[in-house]
Amino acid sequence: MASKISEFTKGIIKDNPTYVQVLGMCPTLATTTSAKNGFGMGLAATAVLVMSNVVISSIRKTVPEKIRIPIFITVIATFVTIVDLLMHAFTYDLWKTLGLFIPLIVVNCIIMGRAEAYASKHGVLDSLLDGLGMGVGFTLSLTLLGSIRELLGNGSIFDITIWGKAFNMFVMILPPGAYLTLGLLAALFAAISIKKEERAKKSAQQAGQAQKVGEAK
Amino acid sequence: MKLFLILLSAMLINNYVFVRFLGICPFLGVSKRVSTALGMGIAVIFVLVMSSAISWALDLVLISMHLEFLRTIVFILVIATFVQFVEAFLKKNNPTLYEALGIYLPLITTNCIILGIAIVNSLSKYNLLEAVFNALGAGLGFLLALIIFATIRERLELYDIPKPFQNLPISMIIASLLSLAFMGFQGMIK
Repeated sequence: MASKISEFTKGIIKDNPTYVQVLGMCPTLATTTSAKNGFGMGLAATAVLVMSNVVISSIRKTVPEKIRIPIFITVIATFVTIVDLLMHAFTYDLWKTLGLFIPLIVVNCIIMGRAEAYASKHGVLDSLLDGLGMGVGFTLSLTLLGSIRELLGNGSIFDITIWGKAFNMFVMILPPGAYLTLGLLAALFAAISIKKEERAKKSAQQAGQAQKVGEAK
Repeated sequence: MKLFLILLSAMLINNYVFVRFLGICPFLGVSKRVSTALGMGIAVIFVLVMSSAISWALDLVLISMHLEFLRTIVFILVIATFVQFVEAFLKKNNPTLYEALGIYLPLITTNCIILGIAIVNSLSKYNLLEAVFNALGAGLGFLLALIIFATIRERLELYDIPKPFQNLPISMIIASLLSLAFMGFQGMIK
């Protein structure tokens, strides 16, 4: 059971697709002009990821090795088309803002990457959890990025006003703001992991010294 | 005149890398050396122009049969097949070019700028010539962005960057500044 849970949680922090694996950068940068857009994009990608992972892992034994990539692409493209049509029907405004980036989920490296690296080698349930975990990780990263940009650029998060028009940097909503926010967040994640490593090294050293002192005594 | 405007717009004003965020993965991946950036850029231009012409023709067929919703599936399959075909063709007929482009060709299938342009062309209802010029402009813009970025990154290796900012974060911040510079082209064509 523990392994099933870790199958799900690894995508959220340890192997986070955006900040750790640096995959799927195009929609990450383009659709995070607000928290809502980022969240919507994340959910759309998660839906495709989960469904394509399940289908690909259930057909993995019948697919010939040589033509697996075109088959995977066809499966993914089918689900993208379904999501595209569903969003057109039920969430028209979101569909309009995300625009080009919904069909482009097909070429999102996260989805192809998980199909090739995970779903084509593991069972259906594991692949489902893996897809769900990666999707949630992707959604959280996009929502975080979108929230920061919306807060700095528009003074609100999820359309809820925080400080309104008092302090607005419009550039954060424009393309340069996307690169800047992602760069700073990636630096923050790197700084945290460097700190953690140093601490682990230090405590290992201290343990080693304590042991030496103990032996000397 | 309209063709020239489309070319200029795709290349500078709405630069697909800095303003519309297409093709970021190869942009970050192969921009460490100017020579590799050049190879990737040329491979992308070639595939982009050819595949946009092919998908333009296919779009006509799809529209005449009222199957527009199949666009995504058909385009991506055609692009993937076309890339494989170009690879096999070059390997046999032009080994020097194949050597030069070789490793970049398979990577192009997952470059979202190719599928993106095909869909943009179809949504904007461009005719064949306009579609090809849009693709050419996008490709040239991609090459330009890649080369500017690669020259900066080559110099960056000589500098002492704070540890958390090394690699991805500093590249992102440079991209942000370049993107800001490209915003200057906005409003050039009304």
